[in-house]
Amino acid sequence: MYQYNEIDQTLVNERVAQFRRQTEQFLSGEITEDQFRALRLRNGLYVQIHAPMLRVAGPYGLFNSTQFRKLAHIARTYDKNYCHFTTRQNVQFNWPKLEEVPDILEELADVQMHAIQTSGNCMRNTTSDHLAGVCIDEIEDPRPYCEIIRQWTTLHPEFDYLPRKFKMAVSGALHDRAATQFHDIGLHLVKNDKGVIGFRVLVGGGLGRTPVIGQVIKPYLEKKHLLSYLEAILRIYNLFGRRDNKYKARIKILVKESGLDKFSTLVEKEWLLIRDSNELSDARINAIKAQFAPPAYDNAADKDISFTEQQQANKAFTTWVKFNTTVHKVAGYRAVFLSLKAPEVPPGDMTDCQLDAVADLADQYSFGEIRSTHRQNLILADVKQADLFMLWQKLDRLNLATPNIGTVTDMICCPGLDFCSLANAGSIGVAREINEALDDIDYIHDIGDIKINMSGCMNGCAHQSVGHIGILGVDKKGSEWYQITLGGSSENDAAIGERLGPAVAKDQITNAITTILDVYIKNRLNDEPFLAMVNRVGVTPFKEQVYADS
Amino acid sequence: MQIVKDNQIIDNNWRYVADDAESLVGDITVSLARWNTDNQKLRVHDGKLGLRIAPYDSVDEMALNLRDIDLVELDFPDFADGRLFSHAWYLRSRFGYQGEIRAIGHFMPDQVFYLSRVGVNAFAPEKIEYLPFIISNLNDFTVKYQNSVN
Repeated sequence: MYQYNEIDQTLVNERVAQFRRQTEQFLSGEITEDQFRALRLRNGLYVQIHAPMLRVAGPYGLFNSTQFRKLAHIARTYDKNYCHFTTRQNVQFNWPKLEEVPDILEELADVQMHAIQTSGNCMRNTTSDHLAGVCIDEIEDPRPYCEIIRQWTTLHPEFDYLPRKFKMAVSGALHDRAATQFHDIGLHLVKNDKGVIGFRVLVGGGLGRTPVIGQVIKPYLEKKHLLSYLEAILRIYNLFGRRDNKYKARIKILVKESGLDKFSTLVEKEWLLIRDSNELSDARINAIKAQFAPPAYDNAADKDISFTEQQQANKAFTTWVKFNTTVHKVAGYRAVFLSLKAPEVPPGDMTDCQLDAVADLADQYSFGEIRSTHRQNLILADVKQADLFMLWQKLDRLNLATPNIGTVTDMICCPGLDFCSLANAGSIGVAREINEALDDIDYIHDIGDIKINMSGCMNGCAHQSVGHIGILGVDKKGSEWYQITLGGSSENDAAIGERLGPAVAKDQITNAITTILDVYIKNRLNDEPFLAMVNRVGVTPFKEQVYADS
Repeated sequence: MQIVKDNQIIDNNWRYVADDAESLVGDITVSLARWNTDNQKLRVHDGKLGLRIAPYDSVDEMALNLRDIDLVELDFPDFADGRLFSHAWYLRSRFGYQGEIRAIGHFMPDQVFYLSRVGVNAFAPEKIEYLPFIISNLNDFTVKYQNSVN
């Protein structure tokens, strides 16, 4: 994991000092509300319904145990003993006091963390594959490039006042677990015909109000040109992206309105003029790569036989292993998901005690590192199979072992109307209700791989348009209604969900979801997954049942 | 009116001449449109010449005129309009412009560090009381992650 050097530490310290001054100037009336808004957003600070909300960056989803203990401390000291993990692998605090935010940021800086550019119309936290470096289908570990991009984007003087927010994701594996096709820029590590690894560059993808699948602007980019190419795209976007209408200001609209050909011609022309002056050297790449060197794995980890025995003896453990752990590139190790989707808990939320306990477990079982996933769960990426039984028991006591990863109750869910000032409808309550309706774990496991994403408004923080089942909260004359889409996907088979029909009322949404699941169970062919069935039969059979009584 | 230039508070001797104003005397700045229509007259007028650039002005058009220019004013209609940051970068990095680049209008004193990094070396803030803040904010950071003009 990347460790700050003196430059990194100085930068975050100076940023804290700058924001402390800005906060003081705002509180004493020296800078206006409007100006402070732009400044606080660039430090992750929103003003929500009940209180400010502070979004802390989880750089491409990586944390260490010291950082988790600090998050626990912040939750205890400055908040109401919990925090929330987001779809951009970040962490949110829902109850900080405005005047204490500089202190929180200072505490974060002490453990090499910050909230820089986690909101605002600027380049945001770069996200990545949560199984980077440990998965078996990897072409190359994307994390060093994420870190190079993190540094390049942080306090970039030219691109901090963009037309709109700007998000990048990097994937290094065959299976796209980072939703790269739905980012302003998606980067995919690929091999060219000579076997040399570079990047396939996608542009103009995005979710929100107008979901768009990104298009390939550069099928192959040499690594040394990574930053100059990003610079060229950002410069063209900064100059030509629309600023007259915030709903048309994302790069996806610029690409769409100008056409990919014209857009890429502009980028290419700009890039050719700057690429030789801003090359990424092998030395730089290797220096960053060295910070992501594999941990000291035990070569004999696969000699263990207890793992098989424990599975034979304990069905619940076996089920947890099946759903909440995944294969690791090193024999004898597995990556372990910690489910933040226990039935009675708002999706993605964690308490201070859980944070502290997970820090201890990370130290004990997984080289002190923790990852967050874009589906709002956590991962201990490097656990010996011999340790899994003990770890499972400990996680179970922490309510972090619900065996539901990848299943219907592993919902992505935004904070919704309960916390967010943008939301039109609640989402946490609906998630709880769906959970209550699906209380039979065997049924949940029988349904298998299905992704439900639910957002409380059009902004789509929970990526509802790419959920296998998407739920979007809308306001209809002051009451909460929900629009359903089917067939979305953010993975290799990227697709935007198709609308099922008219929105359903709040008291009908859970019923609609269980009806959809019943239609699937009755009509699937053998082991056919939900998404495959939707793609085969279309939305009509679902529609007929959901609206049967209306 | 005073401004900050090269880290010091100095008196401003430049004057903006509106597109429909007649008097072309002294050190003046004009819009790109005025420059294009009155080019001959402006070249021979008694004093130095500057251009006032808006975010929507074409970068390429600017480039054609820089030889005769001693000052480029980047006129912020709104602090959130980031196009002028790229304009400054183009002036310095692409077109090799060495004269003064001055931020004017509705930029924030909290943006001057970034502006200085893309090549802006003078600041005429909305309010005179911002002048000391500008000088101190230019030193907000002692480190940087990426190349730009400075």
